Amino acid sequence: MEANVAARPIIRVQAPMPEQTDSLPVEQHELKMQARDVNVFYGDKQALFDVSLDILDRSVTSLIGPSGCGKSTFLRCLNRMNDVIESCRVTGEITLDGRDINSPKVDPVQLRARVGMVFQKPNPFPKSIFENVAYGPRIHGLASSKAELAEIVENSLKKAGLWEEVKDRLEEPGTGLSGGQQQRLCIARAIAVNPEVILMDEPCSALDPIATARIEALMEELKENYCIVIVTHSMQQAARVSQRTAFFHLGKLVEVDETVRMFTNPSDTRTQDYVTGRFG
Amino acid sequence: MTDATLGKTDRPREWEATKRVRRRYAADWRLQAYGIIAIGLALGLLGILLVSLISTGYQAFVQTNIDLEIYVDPAKVDAKDPAKGNFRAVVRDTLTNIFPQAQSPKQKTELTKILTADAPYILRDYVLAHPESIGQRVVLAVPASDPFDQLNKGVIPKYQDVPDGGAPGSAPTRTVNPRFSPLQIEAFEDLEKKGLVRTPFNWGLFFNADSRFPERAGLAGAITGSFYALLVCFLLSFPIGIAAALYLEEFAPKNRLTDLIEVNINNLAAVPSVVFGLLGLAVFLGFFGLPRSAPLVGGMVLSLMTLPTIIIATRAALKAVPPSIREAALGVGASKHQVMLHHVLPVAMPGILTGTIIGMAQALGETAPLLLIGMNAFIPSVENIGLLDPATSLPTQIYSWADSPERGFVARTSAAILVLLGFLAVMNLVAIVLRHRFERKW
Repeated sequence: MEANVAARPIIRVQAPMPEQTDSLPVEQHELKMQARDVNVFYGDKQALFDVSLDILDRSVTSLIGPSGCGKSTFLRCLNRMNDVIESCRVTGEITLDGRDINSPKVDPVQLRARVGMVFQKPNPFPKSIFENVAYGPRIHGLASSKAELAEIVENSLKKAGLWEEVKDRLEEPGTGLSGGQQQRLCIARAIAVNPEVILMDEPCSALDPIATARIEALMEELKENYCIVIVTHSMQQAARVSQRTAFFHLGKLVEVDETVRMFTNPSDTRTQDYVTGRFG
Repeated sequence: MTDATLGKTDRPREWEATKRVRRRYAADWRLQAYGIIAIGLALGLLGILLVSLISTGYQAFVQTNIDLEIYVDPAKVDAKDPAKGNFRAVVRDTLTNIFPQAQSPKQKTELTKILTADAPYILRDYVLAHPESIGQRVVLAVPASDPFDQLNKGVIPKYQDVPDGGAPGSAPTRTVNPRFSPLQIEAFEDLEKKGLVRTPFNWGLFFNADSRFPERAGLAGAITGSFYALLVCFLLSFPIGIAAALYLEEFAPKNRLTDLIEVNINNLAAVPSVVFGLLGLAVFLGFFGLPRSAPLVGGMVLSLMTLPTIIIATRAALKAVPPSIREAALGVGASKHQVMLHHVLPVAMPGILTGTIIGMAQALGETAPLLLIGMNAFIPSVENIGLLDPATSLPTQIYSWADSPERGFVARTSAAILVLLGFLAVMNLVAIVLRHRFERKW
């Protein structure tokens, strides 16, 4: 009976699998970020319990799990966005290239320049398209001249696949774009500061399927150069874009493995129940 | 259950439902009607206020002037020292020439009372500005004195009917209004006949300083004083208010102390303005020894009142900025002050500006605190108003004029109120324009 239930998702998720076999095997990727025994508290309430997770460079790691399981909380730990929440407290060790990001020597502002973030709802600044992308490089002093800045903006928009659509209207407000374009603008904005890691918190949940497909294709390209961590509610999306998948449940990391194995032959029954749609 | 019982239970329900629907519509309609009545009432009262102000004030926007052709007699005005000339005699001679019936000194004095008592000074100022006019004939428009101004505008009658004391039922006799002498009336009618009496627009209302004589009194001193006081008030309360609100909203830890500060700021906004006036009197004048009646102190007192308004409005505007903008800025690695200055403040600016202009408009109309620090000085000249000089302001000017017994100040008080309301309307317009400009930028 159990085998019968497990058999269904195999068929469902196998379609996009061949793409992934083309990319490098997971074992050959370098370790980019590492979390050890991370606990997160909101006031008295504990949101994460002893999470230990390795994140590999030049690949997509997806975090899945039911609502409220702590996957977004974990994501926000990776660039210390939780710092701005007053009642939030993080323990444990998170390293980026082997260095603890929570140490007092690390400036969260500089960390966020290395670990960029794309949010659930597209949130361009209420400024022009150009300004949206140029803002990050400008505050970090990445461009020494106007021409250089314009070049960074152009390259970022090209990498985000938005250049052709907006090159003639860079001075128009970013908020005037469509939802999918806005999200790609946000990705361009994150790329512009030349980060090493890009965190994406359900980047497609506010988008239609066509815009979602474009963002997913974009992730496919970006993973050649960046380490990407994505939180998603869609298991199909996790299966399509990621090389490794981590399953969170009730604030605990239940299982992490190669995406193919997670969706075909998970070792934990809870993972199996979740990916087969038994709960969540 | 049979069909019959079903029908029986259903039908009354349907009927009840329609009744309920009708009642709901009636309630909706009533609620709307209350709103319309309330708005109508408010507009009606505003209309009554404006109509009464305009109907009494419109006369102050024109001024009765008399065009006099004056021979500046070199015998009376020495070309070497024109300031010491006997201009009073020159004006008297001019009137006597037009109306030679006046012979006795008393009659001549009566004649000069047709003109404003300032007439010799108006002539003096003119001659000092144009020394070449000595020995020449010049034409000057001299304001008529207040009673004749009112007479010309029809506010007070030329004649009045006195019931004949002796025989009941006999025709009343028409006598000249006792405020005027028959000679004055005759002379004024003569001037009118010659076409020398004109009632042009009263620019003096805006460009003259205050005067004891209503025909010469204007708002220039009050407008200047109000402008300086508001300038000081803005320069103090705008940056301080925004800084305080920014700190409280974005940086301050949420604890007992900040709660206490917040409650007190909200309470400050409700403190009667006269209390701020007393505070200013005790602290700024009494303790720091700043000059009395000065726009600097007036502005400081007004900024005490405006600060809570600006702080509350700014905090509300900051709170309304969507958190996604802050997250976006933090996400690209902006520091806290960059998030504030580059993203949150610009988005909150329209709200902050609206709150500020509402606060400034309140300050412009505030009277009590200015009276307490003495900013209702009598300012007969606009030239010497600085931040530290005695000054007056629009509302305190209205207060002083309303207190003056001369008939001409009645209309001028209403006119001054209209001018004040005009300034308030302009400020609100500026607020709306600024808002739109800021919003269009994005």
